[in-house]
Amino acid sequence: MTITQDDQQVSKGDDGSSTNTSAPVLGGKKRRRSGADLARTFLPPVLLGALIVGAWYYVSYGLLTQERRFLLRPPHEILQVGFLDWDHFSEILQALWSSTRVALIGLAISIAIGFFLATIMSQTKIVERAIFPYMVMLQAIPILAIVPLIGFWWGYGTTSRIAVCVIISLFPIIVNTLFGLQSAERGLHDLFTLHHASRLTRLRKLMFPAARPAIFAGLRISAGLSVIGAIVGDYFFGQGAVGIGQLLKRYSSRLEGEELLAAVIMSSALGVVVFLFFGWLQNVAIGKWHETSGADS
Amino acid sequence: MTAADSTLQSSSVVAPVLSFDHIQMTFPDGTEAVRDVSLNVSRGEFVTIVGPSGCGKSTLLKIASGLLEATGGNVTVDRDRLGYVFQDATLLPWRTVLSNVELLAELHDMPKDERRQLALEAIETVGLSGFVNHYPRSLSGGMKMRASLARTLTLKPPVFLFDEPFGAVDEITREHLNDETQRLFQSEGFAGLFITHSIAEAVFMSTKVMVMSARPGRIVAEFDVPFDYPRKPELRFDPEFAALSGEISRELRGSHQ
Repeated sequence: MTITQDDQQVSKGDDGSSTNTSAPVLGGKKRRRSGADLARTFLPPVLLGALIVGAWYYVSYGLLTQERRFLLRPPHEILQVGFLDWDHFSEILQALWSSTRVALIGLAISIAIGFFLATIMSQTKIVERAIFPYMVMLQAIPILAIVPLIGFWWGYGTTSRIAVCVIISLFPIIVNTLFGLQSAERGLHDLFTLHHASRLTRLRKLMFPAARPAIFAGLRISAGLSVIGAIVGDYFFGQGAVGIGQLLKRYSSRLEGEELLAAVIMSSALGVVVFLFFGWLQNVAIGKWHETSGADS
Repeated sequence: MTAADSTLQSSSVVAPVLSFDHIQMTFPDGTEAVRDVSLNVSRGEFVTIVGPSGCGKSTLLKIASGLLEATGGNVTVDRDRLGYVFQDATLLPWRTVLSNVELLAELHDMPKDERRQLALEAIETVGLSGFVNHYPRSLSGGMKMRASLARTLTLKPPVFLFDEPFGAVDEITREHLNDETQRLFQSEGFAGLFITHSIAEAVFMSTKVMVMSARPGRIVAEFDVPFDYPRKPELRFDPEFAALSGEISRELRGSHQ
């Protein structure tokens, strides 16, 4: 049998609808960035950064008098005291690691609870209706309002810190996972129905794979929130290993400006690392087939 | 019921593998979609139903496949190995062409080696051999439809239902896909029931064309298509082809008023 192949050009669907023309063509070479491209990407933030550092120096030396300079030490002193002094920097790193561990444990628990709840909510409408209002309520409570309660119940140690992370990061995981599980097209469901797929098969081969883009979007949000939760929790609960929250508190009460700023910079660096990591993970997991992935990392 | 005959025979003597018996469909909101439709499709037959949009053609296929339950009448068909080609290609975007084509065999618990073999054969049959590792998003609309056809072919279904599968592709691609579908009909020997609103498509592929009226859908006319298989693309310019198309078109207009 001979087959005509006239309609077999890659990309740009005949119906003009589904394929993303701006996406790199699969199987082709990756687009190489030229020097001009690189300059366009990196020059603006570098320039702005230089401007900010300049303004910083101006505030430190120009606006603040000698006796008030502790409020904003110049950048090179921050670098010297906060980062290059190993005693200080290792203290910050240790605290950061302790908070990271708390954030990761909290995130893992959130993922487990979130997947479980979203899965049963996707299977039974009644359960979804029952749970959803409480999820929204939980989300609406300001975290600072329940921190005292958490301490009251679980003490002022690691358990409470993890609890804060779970409470703050659970909602996006449930909502996104549920949304994702419900996102498979009707036609695909019909296909599975026609071939007598069981509930479990449908979940495994259709609903969960279809949910992956939404799950990763939720994970990125929740991971960031979990880091915040770990720092906030640590700030309030002083028992056990010292985390970055305790350290921030200590530095600010001792008026140690250099260390304080270094700790703040390292905390935000942690947030950035977490965000980039989950972006990378998303790209690895679904970048090959999902249109929107890879566009923002 | 199961198809008693595995060999391809002339349609007149073979028992139907798909039969609608006085099918009635009224939706819960009171809309009467299908009224008293009876028709048979046997092995070696390719029946096409043409009708205006919304006349209940697709409803008929959903009833045949069990996706919908008719409110009256009986359908007889073996649903275990029913081929169903949807309006959309319904490919899973996270699976490659090969893995998509394997899906149905996978759902039917076929061993891995066997289904891979079947999938590769089916992919070759529809001419997508160079694209086994491509994801759907990099395929054209026509190629997606071919992949969808290949997926159904892996089941070697005795009955193939087509729910306006080529409605979304451009005219040239549609003609290519029509050519291939009638070749597949010849080589695979399935019984086909095809839904479309394109008369040219109907006449080109079918052994029989049925005209359905606007809602509620009824079969108002039936035309035997006399051309021999395999049909060449030039058949579309044949005066006889034009005459038959014209007749069907008149019938369709008549039923529309």
